[in-house]
Amino acid sequence: MTLGVLLGPQRLRPTIDAELGRWGIPGPLATITAGWQEREAEDDELQEFLGHRCVNLRLHARSDHVYREDPEFFEAHRAKQDVLRALQDLYRRRLAHALDAAREVSEIAAPEHLVEQERDAAIQALRLVDEQHLSRTRAVQQEFEQTHRLTGRPAIERHYRELRTVLGECYALLIAGGHVASLLNRMRLFQFDSLLSSLPRPLPIFAWSAGAMAITDRVVLFHDSPPQGPGNAEILGAGLGLLPGLVVLPHARRRLELDDPGRVSLFARRFSPARCVTLDPGERVAWDGRRFTVGPGIECLMPSGQVEPLIEDWSPEQEEATP
Amino acid sequence: MRLAIHHLLEGGTPEGSAIDAFLRNRSFPLIEGDRATFVFHGNADAVNLRHWIYGLESAQPFLRVPGTDFWYLVHELPPGSRVEYKIEVIRGDRHEWIRDPFNPNTAQDPFGANSVAQGVGYCRPDWTLPDPEARRGRFEDIWLSDTPLGGSRRVTVYLPARYRPGRRYRLLVVHDGGDYVHYAALKEVLDNLIHRLEVAPVIAALSHPGDRLVEYPGDPRHTAFIAEHLVPELERRYPLMPQPSARCLMGASFGAVASLATAWRYPGRFGRLLLQSGSFAFTDIGHHKRGPAFDRVVEFVNAFRDAPGRPSEQVYLSCGMYESLIYENRSLVPLLQTTGMAVRYEWVRDGHNWENWRDRLQSGLSWLFPGPLWMVYE
Repeated sequence: MTLGVLLGPQRLRPTIDAELGRWGIPGPLATITAGWQEREAEDDELQEFLGHRCVNLRLHARSDHVYREDPEFFEAHRAKQDVLRALQDLYRRRLAHALDAAREVSEIAAPEHLVEQERDAAIQALRLVDEQHLSRTRAVQQEFEQTHRLTGRPAIERHYRELRTVLGECYALLIAGGHVASLLNRMRLFQFDSLLSSLPRPLPIFAWSAGAMAITDRVVLFHDSPPQGPGNAEILGAGLGLLPGLVVLPHARRRLELDDPGRVSLFARRFSPARCVTLDPGERVAWDGRRFTVGPGIECLMPSGQVEPLIEDWSPEQEEATP
Repeated sequence: MRLAIHHLLEGGTPEGSAIDAFLRNRSFPLIEGDRATFVFHGNADAVNLRHWIYGLESAQPFLRVPGTDFWYLVHELPPGSRVEYKIEVIRGDRHEWIRDPFNPNTAQDPFGANSVAQGVGYCRPDWTLPDPEARRGRFEDIWLSDTPLGGSRRVTVYLPARYRPGRRYRLLVVHDGGDYVHYAALKEVLDNLIHRLEVAPVIAALSHPGDRLVEYPGDPRHTAFIAEHLVPELERRYPLMPQPSARCLMGASFGAVASLATAWRYPGRFGRLLLQSGSFAFTDIGHHKRGPAFDRVVEFVNAFRDAPGRPSEQVYLSCGMYESLIYENRSLVPLLQTTGMAVRYEWVRDGHNWENWRDRLQSGLSWLFPGPLWMVYE
């Protein structure tokens, strides 16, 4: 991919038109609004805002069609989703203890060098829990794709070919936010990683909120104070991996307690060396295939517990691999 | 802490103009730290604060400032408290209960309205107020005929915004549904919490009881009505998820008893319970002292305590610290925990009233039927 632009939420402060202008992107534009689930076709505002240049790929409706046409595949998909849900629940329980340990160790009154040593160990344990979950969910997904051969199934193949044709006629792909798991499932079903790389010319991608999360390496779900639970950030699974070395945090200022150095530090160290960056309304970060460049406002969660503005371009290869 | 009322009175009997100025520039009860100053201005032989705080004398006398018609009472009001009250004005043989003329905060209930004293830190949650951004659900009435309760029954069904017959929904059965709508802003709460993705879109069945004091305390006709008539009929008419974890029974006071009794008689059918200020009176020995309406409640709760089984999977329980039922509710929690159910218990500085129940709906519903907030990044 030559160009990937991640944007903050667009609902109240849309910047997608300015961003397309910045890069000189003409129409038509392929759009994915599958994160809106059954409402994916209700894209009038987006169409109007972008001068009716959008061609909605309707991945949610297409997936419904696939499930109707291929009930055996649908059953297998449901079974896989059940397994993933069970894995997520198991992971969540281990994670709660690992996070408690990391937090508790940080609060113990003891010589700092001893605390630091134990805190490091607790964070390593936490990273191990994350890595194991990522590896297990990836294995479930891979086994499903191999066993049920997505490419060989007529119901999927037909949509794949149509999508390839539409994408070949567009100048950019826009991925809106919404329900991140639903979005990611649809993009996986139609094999967007191979689909995009099979196009005759690379297609710039503009993604916001859940759309931005879905195309990074790992999808991290987060909210520091949800009404129903402890607010432990968790890995949902692998993303499409089109943009490396980033954990993106849409609505970070609303969902995270960024003025709590303990929480910020733990978050940053847990997901290091990836950079954990805010993606609030009006913010942007762009990837040209080698380097990231950032717009004003973007901030990064630092291991020190501070949240610092990102002002310099960077390449993931330069990042240190220490937590 | 030296209170404003003490400053007013420190020089002896204040002039009428000083009293007027004191009243004019403040809202009452005047909250200063953990003290609330209530006032009354007018002719009377005696004035009392009438509140519903269990454990305190229900009538707290005001003091008259000698030589004036100005009365006041300083009362403890811990931070976060919410207390409903009236002022009793006694003139000769006449005892009149009125709402506090100096306090604009009132709470409605089926018996009228009370004044409300709000301690430091209490604030009506914004999710209980109409939110112009929140898409609105709608109500429709259905009638069930030939019910075990005799005759037909009306049930009001709440369908969430963007309701689609092609989707499947969780079911919330609300005892005293009409009262929850009128006095606990249930529709605004559901609209807002669903809009905010904190609660999953639900279909709610709001029941309208006949004689609730008869039907609710473990009456097998009522439990059969809910489990064998209402739920199957709703499943026939609406796209409801079939699993127990997608079915919740909810109620307050006797409605909580009805919810627990129904789940207990039909174990495994209702995976979620939301029980608010349940009238879970029981006896360990001897007879209870709560009056005849509680006879069948005690009979049911004692039977439940003897053999609780595992009526549900997840139970949210709340009670106000200022209501007499706090003892019964606190006693119930460890028993529920022994059944293997997940139990969340919340107690607050409030009383046995609809606004207490309203204010707990976010924590209860979002725990029992969590919405997709965790997954949605718009």
